[in-house]
Amino acid sequence: MATEKPLRQTLVALFFLGLVLFNYPVVSLFNRPLLVGGIPLFYLYLFAVWFGLVLLIGLATVLRSRRAGPGISGD
Amino acid sequence: MLKTGTILLIAFGYIGLLFAIAYWARKRAESGRSVIANPFIYALSLAVYCTAWTFYGSVGRAAQTGWGFLPTYIGPTLAAALGWLILGRIIRISKVHRITSIADFVASRYGKSTALGGIVTLIAMVAVLPYIALQLKAISTSFLIIQQYPDIVMPAHPADLSAFQNTAFYVAMILAVFVILFGTRHLDVTERHEGLVAAIAFESLVKLVAFVAVGIFVTYGMFNGFGDIFHRASQSPKLSALFSFADNASGYSGWGIHILLSLLAFLFLPRQFQVAVVENVDEDHLDKAIWLFPLYLLAINIFVLPIALGGSLHFANANVEADTFVLTLPMAMNQQGLALFAFIGGMSAATGMVIVETIALSTMICNHLVMPLLLRLQFGSIASLEDAGDLLLAIRRASIVLLMLLGYAYFHYIGEFYALVSIGMVSFAAVAQFGPAILGGLFWKTGNRSGALWGLVAGFAVWGYTLVLPSLAQVGLLPETIASQGPFGIAMLRPTRLFGLAEMDPIARSVFWSLLANVAAYVAVSLFSTPSAIEHTQAALFVDVFQYSDKASPTTLFRRGTASMPDLQSLLSRFLGRPRAEEAMTRYAQEHDIDWAKASTADTALVEHAEKLLAGAIGSASARVLVASVVKEEPLGLEEVMGILDETRQVIMYSRELEKATAELKDANRRLQELDNLKDEFISTVTHELRTPLTSVRSLAEILQDNPELKRETVAQFSAIIVRQSERLTRLISQVLDFQKIESGRMTWQMSKVDMRQCIADAVDAAGQLIRDKAIALNLDLPDKTPLINGDADRLIQVMLNLIANAVKFCPSSGGRITICLKTDSEKMRIDVTDNGIGIAFDQHERIFEKFSQIRDSIHGRPAGTGLGLTITKRIVEFHGGRIWVSSQPGQGATFSFTLPVAHWVA
Repeated sequence: MATEKPLRQTLVALFFLGLVLFNYPVVSLFNRPLLVGGIPLFYLYLFAVWFGLVLLIGLATVLRSRRAGPGISGD
Repeated sequence: MLKTGTILLIAFGYIGLLFAIAYWARKRAESGRSVIANPFIYALSLAVYCTAWTFYGSVGRAAQTGWGFLPTYIGPTLAAALGWLILGRIIRISKVHRITSIADFVASRYGKSTALGGIVTLIAMVAVLPYIALQLKAISTSFLIIQQYPDIVMPAHPADLSAFQNTAFYVAMILAVFVILFGTRHLDVTERHEGLVAAIAFESLVKLVAFVAVGIFVTYGMFNGFGDIFHRASQSPKLSALFSFADNASGYSGWGIHILLSLLAFLFLPRQFQVAVVENVDEDHLDKAIWLFPLYLLAINIFVLPIALGGSLHFANANVEADTFVLTLPMAMNQQGLALFAFIGGMSAATGMVIVETIALSTMICNHLVMPLLLRLQFGSIASLEDAGDLLLAIRRASIVLLMLLGYAYFHYIGEFYALVSIGMVSFAAVAQFGPAILGGLFWKTGNRSGALWGLVAGFAVWGYTLVLPSLAQVGLLPETIASQGPFGIAMLRPTRLFGLAEMDPIARSVFWSLLANVAAYVAVSLFSTPSAIEHTQAALFVDVFQYSDKASPTTLFRRGTASMPDLQSLLSRFLGRPRAEEAMTRYAQEHDIDWAKASTADTALVEHAEKLLAGAIGSASARVLVASVVKEEPLGLEEVMGILDETRQVIMYSRELEKATAELKDANRRLQELDNLKDEFISTVTHELRTPLTSVRSLAEILQDNPELKRETVAQFSAIIVRQSERLTRLISQVLDFQKIESGRMTWQMSKVDMRQCIADAVDAAGQLIRDKAIALNLDLPDKTPLINGDADRLIQVMLNLIANAVKFCPSSGGRITICLKTDSEKMRIDVTDNGIGIAFDQHERIFEKFSQIRDSIHGRPAGTGLGLTITKRIVEFHGGRIWVSSQPGQGATFSFTLPVAHWVA
């Protein structure tokens, strides 16, 4: 449990980060009919945030399990 | 031209493959080599979230609204971040309480309520049936389209085909067989289905690969990558409008509500609960699933917009529904293989959903609709059925077939009117109504049964009014004016513009109003109603699951009940089958060290265990009713509650006593240490006291030895000193010996009739030299006659001698005065020994009688003596039944007094 608490808190923090980045007003900054590198800005922004979020969630859990070491899992 | 036979062969061949995979996985599981016990399969099985709606509908939605398809997948991504906080809790709770469906979860949380289980099941059915119909529609439509290969013809009304001509009907029936075979083989207390999960994971893989394959083909085969598609689309005003969405508050809040909606749906759809919670093998799989699953969603969405734009560009002038682009684009390019693959991908998305949804719903229908009804209507007969397990399985199988038929009927008669996405959204909005009751139930102990009931009813009613009623009016089942002008012409109540709200889209509006009503009712009723004892218990068990699940269940604290072993066993074996019941009970016996042969009654803990086992098979509410029928339950009467309170109080008292005992021990330890210090001091004092006379004896003896020609007077003087010092040594040693004897209780007492005046006289004689040495004036104040006492004369002389010696020791070197006074009354005599010495400080009055203690005085230093004298004195006095004390003030002398009881001789 001791090593899980920080992980859970990290994940909740990531949830709120995602909540903010995927919602008004932040999305409105990128909601423009522009092509960036041939790709619509909004499309690029949403998928970048999405991918970044997945990456951070993955990183948080992987780092946690590495810190906990093999064989120690769950609570 | 593809032959219909070929397509059918491939379609049914694919379903056959599912059967094979499921069968193989089940065999593996039975031989203990589970294929699904790994986080990758778990994450893939979660992807049952992506249905035909994702596979075909997302593209359709993207072609119409641009970004409208995305919130559906962003919501679950956010939910995955909350995986441990919410899903982890739900999984743990469900494992502890053997919860097997979302209805069971809600029912169990709110006091194992039959009513709540039933309502959740009904809402789930109403929500999910159209959704199942949607999958069948997708299968049917895609089959009709690919049948025309390479021509692209939009089927006019696939539902108009009779059931026997419609592929969807056959697929539905085959799926029913599949679910029955792999989902209801036996009544399991965990409701886990290895084969089924393996097949679902495989399906998730197929639909992802198929969709991405089509995406790559469209993006790189038909166009020159993303840039090319977007560039060409930007030339068209209609398509470039899709690059962003309406930049206003309404659009953004709609976007936000859709994210919330899909977040709730991901958590609470019956099929998601089935794969994420019920089929979960190991909680730790969440660790990987919470990022693998969002990654899956990301992957399956990357090509949605390119396919939508590509299709719109390619079919700019043709009548092709955007919902079919995934299939029609490969067809239009004459990619027969890819088209077939896309067809199979769509089918995998649809069948996966149908399979899991029906198994989840059939469990709910059986456990929360049929069982309670049976128990209520003809309780006697079902409880006495020889093998009720068979009955349960029959009910489940029947409900699976019924669900398939209902789904097909819905598709056949009503489903035609909707696009894929809107049916899905309406379902989501209904399922979201479970949100407040479940999330509240996880974190808010005050939330109770009435609150959950009213919340669900209110939310569901508003959902029906704002989303279903308009569509019924549209179909013509209700007068159209209700939708367009409001009931009774009240415009404020128009379902699609409730209270005049026109912001956002109809779905978002409905979600807003229904969740508002739901949460308001849930919170308000919870706050103003009183929950029952079992609601309290369940609330605590759910909210504090991580505290309780590791320890023994505290429910035994809240309910007392015993049952006869045969009753309980027969109940279990009727529902679980004899071998399973016996196995479960034997395992319990082994774990708890119970001897079955001797146990004739099951105690509360065993009854609880049995109820949990049953709950796994028939749901918590029904299990409670059934177990109650064989249990001599002593419900929470006042006495019982008082008993529990008393136990708790005793525990608290016990812990207080422990604290007290600990404090006492600490105190004793401290005293021991003090004594230890005193003993060290004592030893150093005694050795010092022994060495001083020894040294003088030895040095004088050496002088005598070395100087034989010494004068006679000197020799006599020296010899006298040696004798005195030796006497002092003897006194010291006998004091130590006396003390040791007294302390160990080995002192021998020679009791006789004693005249205390004689003892005093003897003592004064013995101390004569001491008194004379210091020129002390001794004053005796004795009566002429004293009663005799019963005592040891020698010891009493010792007492007097000690007190006199003590007085002498503290007398000033000149002008010392000692008074000895004896008084008697009928009961006791009292002797006072008063000196005019340095006196004793008040705080020392008690201590001087303690062993090893000596009066400390910074001016006079340590007085001579062992410090044992007064202790021995005290012991002797106390042995004679008397009391000794001192009264003194520093500088004004001291009076040592003791009493001795007067003996009354029977003459």
